[in-house]
Amino acid sequence: MKEKGGKGTFLILEILSPAVAFLLALAMGAVLILSLAENPLHVYNVMFRGGLGSIDGLGYVFFSATPLILTGLAVAFAFRAGLFNIGGEGQLYMGAFFCAWIGFTFPSMPSTLMVPLCILFAALGGAIWGLVPGVLKARFGVHEVINTIMLNFVAMLTTNFLVNHVYKEPGQMIPQTKEIATTAWIPRMAPLLQRLHIQLPTSNPLNYSLLLALMIAALAWLLLFKTRLGYEIRAVGLSHKAAEYGGIKVGATMVLSMVISGSMAGLVGVNEVLGYRHRFLDGFSTGLGFTGIAVALLGRNHPLGVVLAAVLFGILNTGALEVDIFTDIPRELVMVLQAVIIICVVVGDQVFRRWVSRRLPLQPHAGFFH
Amino acid sequence: MLLEMVDITKRFGSVLANDRVNLQVRQGEIHAIVGENGAGKSTLMKVLYGLVRPDSGTIRMRSREVRITDPGVATQLGIGMVHQHFMLIPQLTVAANLVLGMEPHGRLGTYDRRGAQQATKDLAQALGFQIAPEDLVGDLSVGARQRLEIMKVLYRGAQLIVLDEPTAVLTPQETGELFKTMRKLRESGKTIIFITHKLSEVMELTHRVSVMRHGRVVGVMETDQVTPDQLAEMMVGRPVLGQVDKDPFRPGPVVLEVRDLQAVDARGAPRLRGVHFSLRAGEILGIAGVEGNGQTELVEVLNGLHPATAGQVFLEGRQVLGESPRQIREESVAHIPEDRQNRGLLLDFSLSENAVLGLQHRSKFSRGWLRNRAIREHAEELVELFDIRTPDLEIAVRSLSGGNQQKLIAAREVQQDPRLLIAAQPTRGVDVGSVEFIHQQLANLRSRGKAILLVSADLEEILGLSDTIAVMFRGKIVGQFQADQADERTLGLLMMGQGVGDGPSDLGSREVPEGEVR
Ligand SMILES: Nc1ncnc2c1ncn2[C@@H]1O[C@H](COP(=O)(O)OP(=O)(O)O)[C@@H](O)[C@H]1O
Ligand SMILES: [Mg+2]
Repeated sequence: MKEKGGKGTFLILEILSPAVAFLLALAMGAVLILSLAENPLHVYNVMFRGGLGSIDGLGYVFFSATPLILTGLAVAFAFRAGLFNIGGEGQLYMGAFFCAWIGFTFPSMPSTLMVPLCILFAALGGAIWGLVPGVLKARFGVHEVINTIMLNFVAMLTTNFLVNHVYKEPGQMIPQTKEIATTAWIPRMAPLLQRLHIQLPTSNPLNYSLLLALMIAALAWLLLFKTRLGYEIRAVGLSHKAAEYGGIKVGATMVLSMVISGSMAGLVGVNEVLGYRHRFLDGFSTGLGFTGIAVALLGRNHPLGVVLAAVLFGILNTGALEVDIFTDIPRELVMVLQAVIIICVVVGDQVFRRWVSRRLPLQPHAGFFH
Repeated sequence: MLLEMVDITKRFGSVLANDRVNLQVRQGEIHAIVGENGAGKSTLMKVLYGLVRPDSGTIRMRSREVRITDPGVATQLGIGMVHQHFMLIPQLTVAANLVLGMEPHGRLGTYDRRGAQQATKDLAQALGFQIAPEDLVGDLSVGARQRLEIMKVLYRGAQLIVLDEPTAVLTPQETGELFKTMRKLRESGKTIIFITHKLSEVMELTHRVSVMRHGRVVGVMETDQVTPDQLAEMMVGRPVLGQVDKDPFRPGPVVLEVRDLQAVDARGAPRLRGVHFSLRAGEILGIAGVEGNGQTELVEVLNGLHPATAGQVFLEGRQVLGESPRQIREESVAHIPEDRQNRGLLLDFSLSENAVLGLQHRSKFSRGWLRNRAIREHAEELVELFDIRTPDLEIAVRSLSGGNQQKLIAAREVQQDPRLLIAAQPTRGVDVGSVEFIHQQLANLRSRGKAILLVSADLEEILGLSDTIAVMFRGKIVGQFQADQADERTLGLLMMGQGVGDGPSDLGSREVPEGEVR
C-alpha cells in the first residue's frame, strides 16, 4: 500500500511556481520600462548588477535581507498557527527600543553580558507586543488583525514620545536616543570576511545579526516541523475543532504563537541598534513589518522560503538604488516591480498549481521538508 | 443506450483509479454503481462530468462520441451531478444558490430576484419539496441542502443525473424522502446514476447495477437477478457475512455512569435535558435516535469538548465532568467523532501526522521532539491492520476517499485499546467490507472487556452490535432495552417520539416511557 514519491510535487509546486511568478513579474516590469522609453535589458542589468555584481553589493543585499528574514519569519510563524500578524512593525519598534534602552542605560556592563541581554530585551519587547493581541484573540475572540494594526500605532507613537521627550540625545536635532555603550555593539562582518579573502569593504554595514537571523530561521523550522509544540501549532492553524479534539489547548497555543512571532519581529532591533546605528532612531523602519507579509507570502510561509524571499527583496532593494543613480528610471519603479512580483506570486501561483495538477497526476502532500 | 463510457482509464500517480472501465446506462433507468471505498466510482463520475481528464477512453451520448472537457460541456449535454460534498454557498439564499451562474435577468440586465424566487417555487412544487426561496442555505439541514443540489441540477436542464453517495449524509427519514424524489424524477423521464454503499438501497430502487472493484467493472446485472450477498461478494472479492462474531454477553463492573446530564447549544437552546444511563465493561450500549436529538452534544460533553450545564459523569466511579479533552483521553477514553472532516482529522496534515492526533504528547511519539520514526511505524501499522488504501504515508488525508478517512480514525482510536470507546456514526459512508471489519473491531474490543458507547442513526448497526439499546429523543433517553428484546418497529416509534408519555409534545413529564422493559 505504501510507496515512495511526492518529492517531485514539492519541487514543481513549491519552487518552480514562485520562480515562474518572478519571471512573469519581470516581463510585466519590462513592459512598464518600455513605456518609459528605456531599455528593459539595460535597466535589469543595472538593477541586478547593483546587488549581485560586486562583493560590496552582496553585502548590502544581505544587510537589507536581515530584518526582512526576521519579519518574514514572524508573519509566517503566526500564519502557521492560523493567525495574521500585521503587527510586525509595532513589534520591531518595541524590540528595538527595549534593546537600545538596555544598551545606553547600563554602559558599564561587560560585553559578554551586555550583548545577550540586549538581544533578549529586543525579543522581549516584540514578545509583549505579540502577547497582547494573542491574549485578546484567545480570551475574547477579538480579531488579531485589528489589534496588531492598532498596536503598531501605539508602538510608533510611544517610541516617538520616548525618543523626543525622555531619552533624546542632548544638543541634537535628529530625533534619536543617545548612543548605546560600545560593549553592546555587534561587529561588522567585513574584517572576518577579509581574512577569508572575501574583499568586503570595511564600510559595508553587514554585521553578525545576519547569522542571528539565519539561526532563528533554522530554529523556527525545527520548532514547527520537528517538535510536538510545532505539531500542535500547525494543528491549531488548520482546524480549531480538530486540534481541540486532539487534546490541544487552542487558546494557549495561539497566545504562545503570537509571543514567538512577536519576538522574532522584535529581533530586528538587534540588527538596527546593535549592529548598525548604535542608537534608536525615531521612525527608522521603512515598513519592514509590512514587507515581512510579502516576504512570508513569497516564501510560502516556510522558513527556508522566507530566507530566500528576503534575499530576493534584498537584491531588489539594493538594485533600486543603482537604478535610481544610473538610469532615468525612478527607484519607485523597483518598488512597483516588488508589488507586481507579489501579485504575480499570489495569483500566478494558484493558476500555475491548477494548471500543473490538471496535467500531472500529483497528489497533494502534507507540508514539505518533513 | 443513453450513455456509453468505453475503456476509461485514469491513473493517479501509482494508483490506477479507473482501469479500462466500461459503463452503459439506458435511457430512463436508475443505474446503481457499487464498490468499496477507493474502487474508482467517484473518479469515473468526475470523468463523465469533465472534472477529471481520463488518460484514455471515449464517451458516447446517444451513440454520438462527445468530448467532455469541463463541467460546462457536461451541463450542455444534459449531465448533472450532485457531489459527495455539497457545493453550495451558505451565505446566499436558496433562490440565489439555485440560479447561480444562470441568473434570470431583468430588463436592464440586473439580477431578477423575483424570477429566481419564482423558479425556486416552481421547481420545488414540481418535486414536492418544502423549501423557502429566501432562506439562507447556511440554516438548512443536510437533507434540505441535498434537495437544493438536486434542484440546481434540474434547473440546468439535466436529463442524466449523477448522485454520488447521496445517502451517506442522510438520516433514514431523509433517505426515504430522497427515494421518493428519485422515483418521481424517473417517472418524468430522467435517467439516474446512483452511487451507494448500502445494498438494500440498490435492491429497493434500481434497475441495473454495475459493480466496481480496484478500478475495474467486475459485473453488470439486472437488479432483480442478484441478491445482496452476491453483490457484496463481487464488491469485496470474498463472501461477506454481514455478521460479527460476538462472544456471549458477560458484563463486568460499571465503567461509565451518566447522571442527569444537561447541556445547551451555542444559541442557548437546551439539547440535553437530563440524560441518565450506565455502561459496563464488556458491553456495547447503542444509542439510537434520529439525528439532532442531542446525541452530538452527549458525545461532545462526554469527551470534554462541550460544556455541560448540570449533571455528573463517572468513569469507574470518579467524577470526570469538566475535565479537559486531554485529561479524559488520559483516562483511556477513545473517541470516533461523527464529524470526521472537521473534528477527527486535520485534512491538510499527512496520514502519519493524523495517525497520532490526540496521542502526539505520549512519550512514545514525542519527548519535546517528535519521534518521526515511531510515528511512521504507528501509521504503517494502522494502514496495514485496517487496510487503508493510500499511495503513501505522507499524503494529505484530504485526498483519501471518505471511507478511508473513516477507517483511519477508527484504526487510530480502536488501536489505543481504550477502556471506553465512544463511537459516533463509526461506519457512515464506509463500504460493506469495511463496515464489517470495523464492526468486528468493536466486537473484539468488547470481548477484551472494554466498554463501548455506540451512537448511530443506522438502526441496523445498532441492532446488530449492541447488547443494550437506548433511544434518545429531544435530549432524553426515552427507552432502554436488552438488545434481544428490541425490534425495529418499537425503536422506530420511540425515535419518532411516539409511545413516549402522551406524545411528542409532552416531553419530560415521565421519566420512564411505556417502551421500558427493564
Ligand atoms: N485527485 C486525486 N489524486 C490522487 N489520487 C486520487 C485522486 N482522486 C482519487 N484518487 C485515488 O483513486 C482511487 C479511487 O478513488 P475514488 O474514485 O474517489 O473512489 P470511490 O469513489 O470509489 O470511493 C483511490 O485510491 C483514491 O485515493
Ligand atoms: Mg467516492
